[in-house]
Formats: sequence, C-alpha cells, structure tokens
Amino acid sequence: MEINDRQNPYKAKDTGHQWDGIRELENPPPKWWRIGFHASWIVVLIYCVLYPSIPLLRGSTSGLLGWTQVKEYKESMAEIEKIRSPYEEKIKNMSAREILSNPELSNYTQVSAKVLFGDNCAACHGAGGQGTPGFPVLADDDWLYGETIEDIEEDITLGRTGNMPAHGKTLSKQEIDDVVKYVMQISSGGIYQPGRDVFMGMTEGEAMCFACHGEDARGIEDMGSANLADSIWRFSGTEEGIRDVIIHGVNDTSDPKTIKARMPTFGGKLTPTQIKKLAVYVYRLGSVQNE
Amino acid sequence: MNTFSPSTSKPDDYWHVNTGYETVYAKRINKGRFRTYKWFTASLWLIYFFAPYIRWNGTQAILFDIPGRKFHLFSITLWPQDIWVLSLLLFSMAFTLFAVTTIAGRVFCGFFCFQTVWTDVFTFIEDKLEGAPSKRRRLDKAPWSFQKIRIKTLKHLVWLLIAVLTGVTFAAYFTDVFWLWRAYFRFEAPAAAWITLGIFTSVIYLFAGFLREQVCFWLCPYARIQGVMCDRDTIMPAYDTKRGLSTADKKGDCINCKLCVAVCPTGVDIRKGQAEGCITCGLCIDACNSVMDRLGRPEGLIRYASLRELEEGDNPRIFKKNKILHRPRVLVYLLIILASLSGIVYGLTHTAPVDFKVLHERQPLFVLLSNGNIQNKYILKIINKTGRELDATITVSGPDGITLAGVSNPERIMVGKVMPIPVFVRIAPGNIERENTPVRFLLSAAGADGREIRSEYNSMFIAPEKAKQRKEKN
Repeated sequence: MEINDRQNPYKAKDTGHQWDGIRELENPPPKWWRIGFHASWIVVLIYCVLYPSIPLLRGSTSGLLGWTQVKEYKESMAEIEKIRSPYEEKIKNMSAREILSNPELSNYTQVSAKVLFGDNCAACHGAGGQGTPGFPVLADDDWLYGETIEDIEEDITLGRTGNMPAHGKTLSKQEIDDVVKYVMQISSGGIYQPGRDVFMGMTEGEAMCFACHGEDARGIEDMGSANLADSIWRFSGTEEGIRDVIIHGVNDTSDPKTIKARMPTFGGKLTPTQIKKLAVYVYRLGSVQNE
Repeated sequence: MNTFSPSTSKPDDYWHVNTGYETVYAKRINKGRFRTYKWFTASLWLIYFFAPYIRWNGTQAILFDIPGRKFHLFSITLWPQDIWVLSLLLFSMAFTLFAVTTIAGRVFCGFFCFQTVWTDVFTFIEDKLEGAPSKRRRLDKAPWSFQKIRIKTLKHLVWLLIAVLTGVTFAAYFTDVFWLWRAYFRFEAPAAAWITLGIFTSVIYLFAGFLREQVCFWLCPYARIQGVMCDRDTIMPAYDTKRGLSTADKKGDCINCKLCVAVCPTGVDIRKGQAEGCITCGLCIDACNSVMDRLGRPEGLIRYASLRELEEGDNPRIFKKNKILHRPRVLVYLLIILASLSGIVYGLTHTAPVDFKVLHERQPLFVLLSNGNIQNKYILKIINKTGRELDATITVSGPDGITLAGVSNPERIMVGKVMPIPVFVRIAPGNIERENTPVRFLLSAAGADGREIRSEYNSMFIAPEKAKQRKEKN
C-alpha cells in the first residue's frame, strides 16, 4: 500500500516496515531537539578534554585544566586562611585576657575555636561543655582550679589530676555515714555536728577532710579540691555517689575501685595560640560573671 | 530541509505542525495599530537596558548583591528574611498574567514576552538587511557569494551585538555596572560574569535568531498552560468565519489574499480557528484591515473577539451583564492580585529597621550554677538595617529575679553584619514553676529620627525537672 500525500505531506522516507497496516516513516525529530542533542555531546567532549574523565588502570586522565578535588579543597582552605589570617596575626601576640576584652576578636575566637573544642574537648566535656558523668561541666560557673581565664589556660596546658585518698579502711562505717550526711546537708546550709566532727578529724579515724576542702568546706583552688558547700557536685550528688567517693577516693592507687579522673596535658599537643583560643572559648561557655 | 511558505502550502486539510524544519519567512508590514502597540510594548524593555545605570545615594539603584545576600531597590534594602516580599511580587505577576490571559488571551506572549520582542527586533534587522520574504528566500537558496557573505555576516554581527548587550545588562543587575564593563574590557571579570554572559549571548542568539516561533511551540511552558485559562468569553484575534466564509460564492469578505498568513511570525493560518502557535500579536488584524480598507469593506474580518461573540453575536464580556459571578475566575484572580499587592506594600513599608532573633542553646539546655540558680544560654542575632550604627539596649523579662548576663548594654550594632552575642539568663529555681517558662527579650535603640526602635522576641527558659520537685518539697 502506498502512502499518499495527505498521509505524508513532507515526503519523508518510507522505511518499508509495516505492522497491522501502519507504515513507518523516517520523520525527523524536532529541530530544537536535534540542537539540544548535538549541543549535549559537544559539551561532554569539551568536558572530557578539560576535566579528569576517562578511567585508566591507575587513576584517570588528568584533563587540560588539571583540576582535582584535593586541589579545589586546598584552594578553598587557603581562601579561608586568608580571611582568618589578620585575626590570627593579632591573636598571636595577645594574651587570652586581652582577646576577651576585645569584642571582635573574642567573637572571632569563639566561632573559630568551635572546631578545636570539638576535636579536643567535646569527647569528655560534651559538645556544648555540658559535661558527661565523671567529667566536669564547663558551661557553669564552678571552677575547681580557679575561674580566671589564666586559670583555665593553665588547666588546658598542664592538665589536671585531682587526688583524694580512699577512706574506706581508715574510717568506721558510722564515721562514713556521719560525714556523708554532713556533706549532703552543708549544700543547703545545714550543719550536722557528728559529721562535722569527722570532717574536722576530731574522731578516731582522723579523716582530716578540712585539710584539703577547707574548714568551711568550700574547697581550696590551689589544690583543686571540690567546693562541697555549693549545689554543684564534681562526681555525684546522691548519697550513694558521695559515699562511693569517700570510701574509694579519687586517683588513689592503693584502692583498686578508686575513681579515675584525669584531665590530660594539652601543652605538647596544641600550640599556645590554640590553647589561648580554647581558653577564651571555654571561658565564654557560661562563666560570664557580670550581671 | 523543507522550506515552508504559508501562502504556497498545498494541503489545507491536514493538521500542519511545524517542528522547526520550515523557516517562517514572515512579511513585515510596518504600519498598523497592533504594529504600533508592539513597538510601544517592546520599548518597555529599554528600561531593562538602562535601569542598571541609575544611581541612588552613590550606589547602584537596583542591585541583587548575591555574595552579600542583599537586594537593593533604591532606598529599600531587602534581606533574605524579606524574600517573601519578592516572592509575593512574582506571585502577583503570575496572577496578573493569568487574569490577563483569561480576559484577553496571550497578551503577554504577543506584546511583552522577551522571546517575542527579541525575535521581533531580530527579524526587523533581517528585513532591513535582506529585504522582503521573497528576497530572503532567494538569498537563502542562492549559492555563497561575496554579496551573500557580506549581508549574512553583517546580520549575525548585529544579532550578536544585541545578544551580548542583553547578557552584559543581565549580569549588571548583580554587580556594579561600571565596574563590570571595565572588567569585561580588561578581561578581568570573574568567571561567573563570563559564564552569565556566555549563556545569555548564546541563548539569545540561538532563540531569537534561529529557533524563534519554535520556542513558543515547544519550549515555553507558559504557552502550554494557557489553554486552561481561556474560555468562550476570552477575546483574542479571531477570524469571523460567518463574514468571511462565503468565499465560494464570492459573496464573503475574505478574498483569500492570505496576507494574514504571510505576516504571521509563527506561521499560523488564523482562518482555521484558534491555533496553538498563535501568540495573539494582532499582526494579522493589521494586515487584514489594510486589505479591507483598500477594498472599501468594513474592518474587523479578523479582530479581537471571543468565541461566544463569533458564534452567538454576543458582545464580549469580562464578567457578565447583571450576573457578575458568571466568570468567578476573573474575580478570584483579581482578588489574589489585590491581596498579594497589598502584601508587597505592607512588606515594603513595614520592613523592621532591626531584625532581632534569639536562639536558645541546645547543648546544654540549662546549667546549674554554684549558688543554685539555673542558667540558660542564648545567642542573640541582631541585623541592623538602618544604614548607621545603633546602640541597642537588651533586656529580658520573665519570672521574678530573672537576670541577664553577658551583654554589655548598650551593645553597638554594626551595619549589615550579623554578630552573634551569647548571653546568659539566670533564674533562682524557687521562681520557676514549670520546665518551660516563657521569657521575653526586648531590644531598644534610638533611631535616626529620635524615635525609639523596639523589637521583641519570645523564647523559652528551660529548667530541670528537679527544680520543680524541689519547689514542691519546700
């Protein structure tokens, strides 16, 4: 069956294929489609020449532009460094306290030290300095070794290892019960006299708690001893937890069940500038004093 | 390649589709009502070319500052936060388009669309350089000669010039126009500027120079969706079949001169009824009227008419006489346009001089202080949109004994920078009744005209469950 003009107004080539009386003509696709098609493969060709594209046994063709992901990464890192360098330059010769008093640099430090904190501190102290069981909260205003920025800088540089002897063998059960009661009450202002006597070493066990925690039980910063009279607990505020600390001590090698608490030294691991930045960051986590 | 000329096309009875293998050689008549309208509406695009050069307070009046994430419109600066104003603008423009299409068909396509306007200018240049359709057709078929090369080169150079100008102008909306021109000429322009220019130039050259009506046929989505907006009361260029049909007995007004087809830039034969290719530019009306005038017959054999008018002899109606709800869609479109326009006006007149946001610290949600108080940390984010530095005082209100620390009142707020200020709110546990207590931050500063700038932000103070228990015990 021939196709007449009405059915084939453009005189397209007849392929000769025929199914159920329907003949197949070779009508071309729309022109815009053809343009798009050819433009596509031309772009692909240009891309292949300019960029790494053809896989070889080792690696791939490098492309005329010599582009690599690593290079691009390094370039953008260099860009960031360029923005940071004027600030870093200034910070290098300033003390942490001076940085703190300059709003712009202090803000810069707080933003840029976030990564440092995440890499070095957050594993124990939490991403926001909220602390984890056994590791102190950094976002509050309680500092075992002093709350000045210099103290914090020293904490990071030298690390801290607190010591409390285990009293499980030296104190009687009654003495321990008394001193636990005393420590629990003192936070809310009450004084439990029998416990106070144990605390002051006036009983048989000669505990001498006051020697480290102070006669007022508020701790001594030079020793890093905990303030027992405030509402913040270094380890646990429950009766069970307090008893545990008194019996086994902290970092007392003579007692195998002692609580291990060690803040590592960062002096050799981080540069002084990095430590300075971290000190500012930690200081501003929550210990701002003005009201 | 087949060349297609509407005036010589043979079979009239099949549905003719031009997929781009036929070049439309449209005749240009440079007189006529719609021709004048077209030049007028096309000239509105001159604003596009000149607007970047307008200065305002020493900077470019209209500037989309993408790196700075700001949009300057004369004295108004829109921040990303105000983007809803821009989207409302687009929204109202879209609905204006819908309303206009419902009332009068593809007015946008025929008179305002950049594709139509640029194609019109390109074919105008073609017509001036190569002559009338018959000459153009002959030139295209002729073998290459010096004359042909000269004409063609000139034409393509002018086209490219227009395309480049359009591209530069577009890029100029995103950076300083004078700096951009210098950068292009010194080959110092950033890659983004070159890419923008390259894409614009090639697309305009290709679309307006070669694809032309094919863009309207196959590429433009708007052309596809207009069908649903038109109904029997939509007026658009139409051939009055009753008046022109009786060609057989020589009594009809149509003399089959096919001038209406010859002038059509999309190659449509309007006499066959509504066509998908018809961009309602009205050039066929001009052509037909010129013939009717010469024949001494009344104009309007082809005219703007609705289907109802043609079939029932009814007058066109935008709503309907006495019965306004007959075409609720027009009303609804108009209401939506009105609503979005009032939104824009509100947005432009009420953009706050200061953007004040307070973000609650998530880690930790709260901290117990040594004196037993509970502390929450917040980050203040303040954007100063006033154009000069502000001294802002920030206070907080909430339960009894609430204190704010970490903010040095007054806080100096720089222009155009977001400086996060971490602050601490402290409340004694005895004053907190719930885990979540609403607190309100208040920023106040003296504005330029002496009026106080105030901005409030409501947030939450989060306390541990224990605080609640302790209070119950006491």
